[in-house]
Amino acid sequence: MLSLLVFLPLAAAAVLVAAPRITDAAARWLWVVVAAAEVILTVGIWATYTAPKPGELAFDEQVPWIPGVNSSYHVGVDGLSLPLVIMTAVVFLACAVYSLRGSERSRAQAALFLFLQCVSIGLFVAADLILFFVFFDLSIVAMYFVITGWGHGQAGRSAMKFFLYTFLGSLALLVGFIGLYIAAQPHTFDMVELTAATPLAGSSVTGGLVLGAILLGLAVKTPTFPFHTWLPSAHTDAPAIGSAVLAGVLLKMGTYGFVRIAMPMLPQSWRSWAWVIVAVGIVSVLYGALVALAQKNLKRMIAYTSVNHMGYIVMALGAAGLIAGSTAEARSIAVTGAVTQMVSHGLITGALFLIAGVLYDRAGTYELDAYGGLAGAAPKLATLFAVGAFASLGLPGFSGFIAEFQMFTGSIAAAPVTAVALPGIVITAALFLRAFQQVFTGPAGGRSVGFVDLRAHETVPTATLLVLSVVIGVLPAPLLALIEPAAATVIGLLGR
Amino acid sequence: MTAVHVLGMLPEALVFAGALMVLIVGSYLPRRRLWWTRVIAVAALIGALIAGAVQMAGSDSSTFAGTFVVDSVTGVARVITPLATVLVILVAGEEISGSARESESYALLLSATAGVLVLSGAQDLLVLAVGYLLASIPIYALIGMARSPAAAEAAMKTYLLGALSGILLLLGVTLLFGGTGTTAYGELRGLLAEIPAPIVVAGSVGVVAGLLFKAGGVPLHFWVPDAAQGAQGFVAMFVTTVPKIGALIALYRLVEILPGGLAWPGLIGGIAVASMTLGNLAAFWQDDPRRLLGWSTVSQVGFLLVPVAAAGRSDLALPALLFYLAGYTVTNIAAFAVTTAVPAARELSAYRGIGRTQPWLTGALIVALLGLLGTPPLALFVGKLTTASAAWEAGAAWLAIAVFVNTLLSLVYYLRWIVPCLQTSTGVEHSAPQHVSVRVAAAAAGVSVALGVAAGLVFGVVG
Repeated sequence: MLSLLVFLPLAAAAVLVAAPRITDAAARWLWVVVAAAEVILTVGIWATYTAPKPGELAFDEQVPWIPGVNSSYHVGVDGLSLPLVIMTAVVFLACAVYSLRGSERSRAQAALFLFLQCVSIGLFVAADLILFFVFFDLSIVAMYFVITGWGHGQAGRSAMKFFLYTFLGSLALLVGFIGLYIAAQPHTFDMVELTAATPLAGSSVTGGLVLGAILLGLAVKTPTFPFHTWLPSAHTDAPAIGSAVLAGVLLKMGTYGFVRIAMPMLPQSWRSWAWVIVAVGIVSVLYGALVALAQKNLKRMIAYTSVNHMGYIVMALGAAGLIAGSTAEARSIAVTGAVTQMVSHGLITGALFLIAGVLYDRAGTYELDAYGGLAGAAPKLATLFAVGAFASLGLPGFSGFIAEFQMFTGSIAAAPVTAVALPGIVITAALFLRAFQQVFTGPAGGRSVGFVDLRAHETVPTATLLVLSVVIGVLPAPLLALIEPAAATVIGLLGR
Repeated sequence: MTAVHVLGMLPEALVFAGALMVLIVGSYLPRRRLWWTRVIAVAALIGALIAGAVQMAGSDSSTFAGTFVVDSVTGVARVITPLATVLVILVAGEEISGSARESESYALLLSATAGVLVLSGAQDLLVLAVGYLLASIPIYALIGMARSPAAAEAAMKTYLLGALSGILLLLGVTLLFGGTGTTAYGELRGLLAEIPAPIVVAGSVGVVAGLLFKAGGVPLHFWVPDAAQGAQGFVAMFVTTVPKIGALIALYRLVEILPGGLAWPGLIGGIAVASMTLGNLAAFWQDDPRRLLGWSTVSQVGFLLVPVAAAGRSDLALPALLFYLAGYTVTNIAAFAVTTAVPAARELSAYRGIGRTQPWLTGALIVALLGLLGTPPLALFVGKLTTASAAWEAGAAWLAIAVFVNTLLSLVYYLRWIVPCLQTSTGVEHSAPQHVSVRVAAAAAGVSVALGVAAGLVFGVVG
């Protein structure tokens, strides 16, 4: 089942590459159909999912791959990965629908995004470090081609920076993986076995170094301060759907790595370094928010809010490692909040980047002061942007609130000092309101004149993503029921 | 052990006989029928390949009084080497078909291939020296065959460096023989620990120097970029690929018999790091794709030396080396085949816009360059992974980290080549590419993907 989910987009991509006769329009529809089939598959998996026992995975599949180094094709899901798998499928479907009106070279674009979907879902279901790394690295390669091929502005430069930076991260990650492999007896790359074994439990120096390598790799991808500098330029020059996938899905690979690899496999080192991780999270929250406030370019602004939103996750996960007294329940809430935030951020930021793409498509610029009074010409766009902005700043009723509330509850209970990150929320609120005012209110001027409002293929995906955010915000129970047992397991593993 | 199984060296004999046959037949054929010599050469190589594969399936044995071993390592070399030479000859057929030196080129390629095969099975210092000479001398001639000033310079450089390192190698052999009274590895293994360390060090350094020249590693690498740039395309492809197979396997076998207690893992590790770093830094600003690839092969030798440095201290070292060699061979051939497919493109900027006009060729180039970089799931990713794991297991984590730092460095120049391919064309018409080269490039790139995806199967053979 999971293999079908992973490789169906790859098969479709192969068909698109191998058959040059397929017209661009047909390619776009094939893309939508496959992406929709993926969503249906993930919902089917969710419907038949029962939470696995700790130390096991649901829908487990394992085939030997490189027996020489004990690496296998091993996939499975649990409460940490399944929400992200569903979110990934939804974001990719939104991108497919958004692209229905077409851009140049649609066949190649569809093939590339289907490939990217394969590696993204593959990463979230991987239960083997090498398999995880394969998908991690391929996501970089695919995104590089998305930015160079369909980007604008200084796309070549930004793509190069993105590739170099994240490739550095992926190599650091690989060094860490090899460290885990060598330390485990018998040597293995299997995540389930490594989680059970915690190979570097006894050696704090090696454990710290290996954790350092893994954290570096994941921190670049997430990205956290001070490894975030690739993000704004990559986002600014990427096409709209590229940005949506980059922010919605690819950034989650970093934070997912924390809960899937770093925390369960190196619990002792994670606990020793928890304060550093909390500090990096808090700095990312505040720094990301402040720099976002200073931006004049809408896409750069949204990009920096991603640094801020990812910062909450890092802070909460760091706080989960601060073992003291009877805070286990609070720390479990922090982890639940972090995973909820990953889903929530994927939906909301995906929608915001698609909206930003519409601005560029119509007027050719992301500069906030190039617009004014746009609400008159484009009421639907204004409504959706307002909804997205409120969702992003964590207003109650949206998924962002559920996530941030839990993360702060858990973190402050474990470490009251994390309250210093609270102003991050206020700053984000300020910057979104200011951006909204600047672009949409006041007298119509600048590029707003003659602006064509959202068309159906733009409204539907954006609105769907935001509606899902509202659904999670109003009815969080099903999602939380999925995440909570897995979060408790992570806290249990961290306590070893 | 003393029995002489002549059949044990059947693949080597076939390749060498093929060389002689090509030479003789070629001198009687008119130019327009010289393609017969290509058929003979390919047939000899395929025969060697089959014979080698059949012997690999059997049990390990040695022949000629234990001086040549037929084991799984030799077996792997006997599969990769002829295959690589076949691909080179296919490309050569397109490049020099009907030219005056066609059959001689094939004969030289075949004798160098035979030398490489001898090197990879050698269990005796004198056999090693024979293999070295047999693999080196044809290469000097091949490089000079282009008759251009650049080729002449490259041939001269190669010859001078080769002569120097040949002398060092023979000197090393003499010293080791003088100290122990034997040249057979089986006896050296025990005796080397008993003679004074300076003799062992001086002798083995001499032999290592000779093999480093063959492999094109620092500090005897100076001929590689010049040869890659100045020689004909198929020659560049051959000399940067095939000799490395024999040289590195021979190096591994030699390092294995050196006594413990000497600092040779550090020495080999140091050479490895120097090779990868220097190769990468020098490749940074190259504008000629073949020269860029030439420097890239210098850095690849560095990666290939990592498992040699881990020899004997990690079970993963030998399979990692063999897998890396196999992956490197096909990937490097794919990259060079792209340059022979568009022989006129001698600057990176000439590849501008080729992505639209030549999708297959561009695809092969991207796979080859990302493959050399070590992107999963391509062959060299598994190679780099196992190589670094072996180094770490051998207690040299710094070497593993050096591998990845250098991988990052190499990304820069591989991307410098990929970027123009994807840019929109400047309106310059590309002439139609050479068909055979395109197919060789695509096929080799395909094998590189397959080797990575099916790494488990291959590991079962080499491990």
